[in-house]
Amino acid sequence: MKPGFFARLLAARAAKRPAALVTRLSDNAQTLVDADTASGDFELAASEWAALRERWVSGQSGPLDADGDIFARVYVPAPRLLIVGAVHIAQALAPMAALAGYAVTLIDPRRAFASAERFPDAVISDEWPDEAMTRLMPDAQTAVVALTHDPKLDDPALAVALNSPAFYIGALGSTRTHEKRLARLRELGLEKQLARIHAPVGLDLGGRYPSEIAVAILAEIIRVRYKGNGR
Amino acid sequence: MSVELDDILNQANTWRQSGQDVALATVVRTWGSSPRPVGSHLAVNAEGRFAGSVSGGCIEGAVIQEALAVIADGQPRLLDFGVSDERAWEVGLACGGRVQVYVESVT
Repeated sequence: MKPGFFARLLAARAAKRPAALVTRLSDNAQTLVDADTASGDFELAASEWAALRERWVSGQSGPLDADGDIFARVYVPAPRLLIVGAVHIAQALAPMAALAGYAVTLIDPRRAFASAERFPDAVISDEWPDEAMTRLMPDAQTAVVALTHDPKLDDPALAVALNSPAFYIGALGSTRTHEKRLARLRELGLEKQLARIHAPVGLDLGGRYPSEIAVAILAEIIRVRYKGNGR
Repeated sequence: MSVELDDILNQANTWRQSGQDVALATVVRTWGSSPRPVGSHLAVNAEGRFAGSVSGGCIEGAVIQEALAVIADGQPRLLDFGVSDERAWEVGLACGGRVQVYVESVT
């Protein structure tokens, strides 16, 4: 690695900017890319920039050229998980998702629920869900799960999520509960977006304990993120 | 995955800040079944301590040896492990895959 590259890589990660260490394997020449700026032994061709930007979206390292000589190790900010409802399932889901590499934020205006005692390691917001969601602005690297069972809290959060590019939106509740929820969201003019909600939430693993449901939810988030088939 | 990545990079940084030389190994290409995806890192310090992984444990020993050589002479290396490679059998990559690992010093 060229002198100074490691420190600049750490700085880009700390600032949550996408970065890449690009190595020409045939002669060990290297270039560091920090967001829109590349500097080092060689310039990237336009086609290599395009390939790099695609790799930033997928988060997958690999070659930027057809020969496999220009290798890009891409570094992207951690995906986020916004959990609405500091409920029992969330107590299991938050640490599991953190282990899987997600930056987790818990949103619940009910302070008895969203206490640091119940969630020692999570970022907690006690704003109303729509305010919190608008501030946190889900992007294409964000998953949103609504777990409160309370339409006053879940619906506004889902409405913001449905108007965002969040890659995953899930909502707890039975098929019947979900039908009623869809009817309410339809009245908000969200008809075209409703198919994006995963409900009943999570893969069907058969478990019923909060920790088991948390596994099912996290498994579904991972499946959707990588377009796996979930078998 | 990202938490793990940050753990590896932070460990490498901690070693460097305490004055230890560090090498970073990266999976750059895989064929067939391979336990860790392209981009996986293994950081190694001059004492042979390591963080992260480039396989399910099969080739780590060999990569650490090469990493120590990289720390000693500063020259990056591109390593190839596969079932056709007798050495890979010795170090146990018997899962049928092939993996290329780039090892470089962190300066």
